[in-house]
Amino acid sequence: MKGRNPNRLPRWLVAAFAAPAVGLIGVFFLAPVITLAFESVSSHAVRTVMSDTALRRIVWFTAWQAALSTALTLLVGLVPAWLLARYEFRGRRAVSAIVTVPFVLPTVVVGAAFLAVLPDSLDQSVWAILLAHVFFNIAVVVRGVGGMWEQLPLDLVAAARTLGASPLRAMREVTLPLLAPALYAAASVVLLFTFTSFGVVRILGGPTNPTLEVEIWQRATRFGDVGVAAVLSIAQLVALGIAVAWFSRVQRRHRRALGLRPLNQRRAARPGRERAGVRAIALVTVVLICLPLLSLVERSLRVNSEGYSIAAWRAVFGGSQVVASRPSAAPVDALGSLAVSLRFAIVAMLICVVVGATASFAIAALGRGGRLLDAGVMLPLGTSAVTIGLGLLITFDHAPFDWRSEPWMIPLGHALVATPFVVRSMLPVIRAIDPQLRHAAAGLGASPIRAWREIDLRIAGRPIIAGAGFALAISLGEFGATTFLTRQGRATLPIAIEQLLNRPGALLHAQGYVLATVLATLTFAVVAVVEVAQRSGRAVNHA
Amino acid sequence: MNRPMHRNLGAFALACTALAVSSCSSDGSTSSGETAPKSLTLVAYDSFAIDPTSFDSFTAATGIAVKIVTAGDTGTMLSKAELTAGNPEGDVMWGVDNTLLARAIGSDVFVPYEAAGLDQLSPAAVALVPGHQLTPVDEGDVCINYDIAWFVDKGLAVPATLDDLLEPEYADLLVVQNPATSSPGLAFLLATIAHSGADGWQAYWASLRANGVLVVDGWDQAYYESFSGSSGNGPRPLVVSYGSSPPAEVIFADPRPETAPTAVIESTCLHQVEFAGVLAGTQYAKAAGQLIDFLISKEFQEILPLTLFVYPTRTDAALPAEFVDFATRPAEPLTVEAADIEANSKDWIVEWTRIVLR
Repeated sequence: MKGRNPNRLPRWLVAAFAAPAVGLIGVFFLAPVITLAFESVSSHAVRTVMSDTALRRIVWFTAWQAALSTALTLLVGLVPAWLLARYEFRGRRAVSAIVTVPFVLPTVVVGAAFLAVLPDSLDQSVWAILLAHVFFNIAVVVRGVGGMWEQLPLDLVAAARTLGASPLRAMREVTLPLLAPALYAAASVVLLFTFTSFGVVRILGGPTNPTLEVEIWQRATRFGDVGVAAVLSIAQLVALGIAVAWFSRVQRRHRRALGLRPLNQRRAARPGRERAGVRAIALVTVVLICLPLLSLVERSLRVNSEGYSIAAWRAVFGGSQVVASRPSAAPVDALGSLAVSLRFAIVAMLICVVVGATASFAIAALGRGGRLLDAGVMLPLGTSAVTIGLGLLITFDHAPFDWRSEPWMIPLGHALVATPFVVRSMLPVIRAIDPQLRHAAAGLGASPIRAWREIDLRIAGRPIIAGAGFALAISLGEFGATTFLTRQGRATLPIAIEQLLNRPGALLHAQGYVLATVLATLTFAVVAVVEVAQRSGRAVNHA
Repeated sequence: MNRPMHRNLGAFALACTALAVSSCSSDGSTSSGETAPKSLTLVAYDSFAIDPTSFDSFTAATGIAVKIVTAGDTGTMLSKAELTAGNPEGDVMWGVDNTLLARAIGSDVFVPYEAAGLDQLSPAAVALVPGHQLTPVDEGDVCINYDIAWFVDKGLAVPATLDDLLEPEYADLLVVQNPATSSPGLAFLLATIAHSGADGWQAYWASLRANGVLVVDGWDQAYYESFSGSSGNGPRPLVVSYGSSPPAEVIFADPRPETAPTAVIESTCLHQVEFAGVLAGTQYAKAAGQLIDFLISKEFQEILPLTLFVYPTRTDAALPAEFVDFATRPAEPLTVEAADIEANSKDWIVEWTRIVLR
């Protein structure tokens, strides 16, 4: 038994930190899912699920494609993560921002773009799904693992190299084990996303390979079989809950106190082979990611079956002149949807920052309870959007809690989806803070609260900014949860895009891609601003 | 349903239960003597692209504003209505179609209302709902569309019937949607069932598969990525879409072409009707009825062709020129009884999946 830790934060403070996350998850996630389960699950539904052999196929496919997608994403993502964490080069922040864009764009949009550049032989195959999953989720690895990597002290690797280890061996035996917590954290997020994959699977995998998420949606909406959908959804939730808990456990086991430096340890590549290599990797990364995104622009220019023009851009930005000759041509208020999305995104971001940051400190301070909270924050990512949507519908249906079509339900739904990313980006950094620092602070007479403020909060500042930017971008592109919430007033940007893409008529289709291009650009801008803010924030810290 | 009991498990157990009980009394009351509400809520599917100002004349006449909420695609919207039966999200719902008609009527989501002006609507559409739980508000067809120029260039005759599609000269030319995930996909499956019979469609699809039919997940992907006739320039000249898609190709192209680049194979069309109804549990059943009357008024019905790309059910509503010139309204479209669809669609989809995708 160790003695009482003098650095332990007072219980009331830890409880206060945990409260926002517990409230958000409890009221807007657990209560709806439980209500739905009690109202719609019957023994008949359970029997239907148990006896359906086609379902077993679907579960098996869902599981193995998710596992393989996760492994591939980690493998591929480490390369740009390493590059961005270790090297300083012109355009570094732009590369970092570009890598993030696919992750936060709605899959309905980028799925179609991806389809355009995919060789026909891969179309509608498992390979298409795996490639797209790597493309979409690489940002999780680059940001999650990269964020920790750039703060790893260089001297450990240098020591290994001095002792004669090859660069690969130093990577395998020193760097990767030290990065393990961030690797496991990234893996659990990617697993949640690929297991519950919906849009990618529908668009790129074709109808032959449905995932469990697609099946749940189909049962609930097409067949009106909410009971079976709820059983499947809960089974999926339990399985993913176990997976996340396991990742969280190994993540803790691998965590070490490191002398993390909130310092820029990047350096310029040495001229010659190293510099050429850095440039080549950066270039390949950018090209691979931009290729599908550029096809968004190409499609926004196709307004008839022969050639290109900017008519769709004029229709979106030029006001109503183009539209006036077509009485019905404005089914979707394109620019209005941009304003709606921005408003929602800012509200969602604020919720996420408060909830995510406090939750991270609570998780780090608590033992077993922290693990539970950690898994709880992640669970909404593993729950089908249709389940949460229908659950909210029947939980909040009586005054004064008749919130079913309240406009603020939408940013709240976005916050549920985005909060885990704030936690993911903060937690590894908080946990790796060297306790010596706190001991030193205590030795110098600082109270635990003061030590926390001066050390934890300061070091966590950067991941908070990163998480906030990520939350903003996720909200801008969120599609799944939004479609299942009942909405009044104008559509969000991704919903407007989907509406435009689903109507016959070249001009409307092109307008959908105009908005998609705008969304991609906006996302890039948000992430780029975050990158710059992080840098200036750092400069102030060390001034 | 004993909802109030389960509510104890929800977040706001006590408060909600108390309120659920107190509101029970008002739920049961009838519409007689109801006071006119300030506003009514119209629940619609996501693609309900009607300008809110279209309801201004209703508001001017009745003093009731109309608030539109969108609740997902048609299937999601109906599932939501079933879950909230008796305590609906709005007063009137727009957009249940005939593939979901029997399910909607069976789940007691709508209260009967015989609209004023019903005699002005297409009698065949009205006859679909003898109990008047729903009122037909628009209709259209799901048909195979073809790329006119492609067939001219190749010097190939356009297939005239569903059976022609099995001929070797039409191999690898057709793209359809998955009926499990797409409404037009389901409609086309129903068309083949209407055509080949409940025992013959399986063999038809096996042959269609052998002749290289491509199945994709959704309409957007089929029409813009695989079909050659729209701006997407895909490889296949035959696609399942709507009878009103050709006029859309004219109206929404820049520059606007003289004639439509695509046309419809009339014998492949399945007829679809969309309905509106008063949601059970509304406190304003009388006002909700007035809104239904407005939805089938000549004024409102004439907005529909160029906004939702459907035909009005009202027989005296004027059609825009583009519809007269380029849209196809088959004289005798294929149909499947709503009760048959409700009883069999799940099995049909499962069987179709086995025949076509496995």
